[in-house]
Amino acid sequence: MGGIAVVWLSVIVLLPLAAVVQKSLEGGLSQFWSEVTSPQARAALELTVGVSAVVTLINVVMGTLIAWVLVRDEFRGKAVVNALIDLPFALPTIVAGLTLLALYGPTSPLHVSLAYTRAGVALALLFVTLPFVVRSVQPVLLELDKEVEEAAWSLGASPALTFRRVVLPSLRGAIVSGAGLGFARALGEFGSVVLISGNLPFKTEVASVFVFGQIENDNVSAAAAVSVVLLLISFGLLLLLSTLAGRERHGV
Amino acid sequence: MASRLGLRSVALGYLTLLLGVPVGLVLYRTFEHGLAAPINSLTSADGAHAFWLTLEITAIAVPLNTIFGVATALLLTRRNFPGRSFLSGLVDLPFAVSPVVVGLALLLVYGRTGWFGGWLTDNGIRVIFSTPGMVLATIFVSLPFVVRETVPVLQELGTDQEEAAATLGASSWQTFWRVTLPAIRWGVGYGVVLTTARALGEFGAVSVVSGRLVGQTETLTLRVQNEFERFDLTGAYAASALLAVMAIAVLLVMTALERRRRAT
Repeated sequence: MGGIAVVWLSVIVLLPLAAVVQKSLEGGLSQFWSEVTSPQARAALELTVGVSAVVTLINVVMGTLIAWVLVRDEFRGKAVVNALIDLPFALPTIVAGLTLLALYGPTSPLHVSLAYTRAGVALALLFVTLPFVVRSVQPVLLELDKEVEEAAWSLGASPALTFRRVVLPSLRGAIVSGAGLGFARALGEFGSVVLISGNLPFKTEVASVFVFGQIENDNVSAAAAVSVVLLLISFGLLLLLSTLAGRERHGV
Repeated sequence: MASRLGLRSVALGYLTLLLGVPVGLVLYRTFEHGLAAPINSLTSADGAHAFWLTLEITAIAVPLNTIFGVATALLLTRRNFPGRSFLSGLVDLPFAVSPVVVGLALLLVYGRTGWFGGWLTDNGIRVIFSTPGMVLATIFVSLPFVVRETVPVLQELGTDQEEAAATLGASSWQTFWRVTLPAIRWGVGYGVVLTTARALGEFGAVSVVSGRLVGQTETLTLRVQNEFERFDLTGAYAASALLAVMAIAVLLVMTALERRRRAT
């Protein structure tokens, strides 16, 4: 049974990824490099990493804040809000894209149009990565003793100081792991971005959209090269996160 | 107290603008001009085909990922073998791969000029631009969920009961069906729900391998984009609303399962 599971995983996951790596190196390393550094590919990769980084920073702040409100605050309808956090995981990405376009697109009832702008790309990524930090911080905060916070307060620490000195150090690991997973997700995101970004090369074209365009134009080696860069960044990130998590578990 | 209210308003305001209003607006726009237009779009020949194709792909991918997910989880928690941490990392890989890259990868293996392309063409088997390719893409992207949800439950369960069953003469098959599976069923169930949600909603990977042929390889998610690009907003909103309703149903099942899991 175990053998079958390993074979299954290899055929479904490893074999196709190996094909991408092989394709990207077909013309040698120098061709790989020139594909990756072509102006359009570079612009797409830089935009992807840049916007993902900004989105991750916002997620760190808003995600932690939302988790804190969901754990420490009491209000009517909290259970509904808590369930809603998972909506971006359940909702298909293309529906998320259409949804955001309906509110923040050219026909916006709010008269704010973010369509075909980098802010629109960021908005789409914020939507799909919302749950990561919240769901990673929430359980840690639940376990955290409220009395420690209250002790800090009663000893005269301001709420801000209490949060920074007492709460935040315990949350750091959870925030980093949630933010890292969200960043990896943002790097490869496609469905939610494709409608709102307008896919303008050098302006709003993210890496996954670039790869899609190159496949359609039959320029498969460029698609494969940029794919390998995306794969390398995400794998490196996941490896780093699991090392950090292992260190935290062992208390180093 | 004031700061608590402030934080609450910031959190709820952010969620309202990012999640609540947009999703509400799509549902409103869908039914703005009555029920007839969206229902006509979904029950048209192409709309109905997209719906059934989506269900067909899900119905193949989810059971396969469930069986292999539980088997892999058992392997990871109950056996010690060289390469175990490698296998564990391999399971998580699909989460780190862009859906478009998944599509490209399948194209390079099963496409006309791909690794197996020649052999497949000679034998008259079509994978790319056809249902098998879309099933493979869906299996790839939804592969980790069952394993992820089952591994911690198996770890917590421990092996005492399984060993007791084995000592009393149960075969490993009997032990699995009578002892292990009943104990892990809510965890597996949660994983199955997540797998289903992802399978119903997969877009990027399926888009690359489908060729987006209307009435042939068009799933519901692909229909959203196709209708949007044809300027048929009613059709795009109708397919979106149907997918959104499915997503909300998934959320309700998740919440119910979570409660069950905590209770046991």
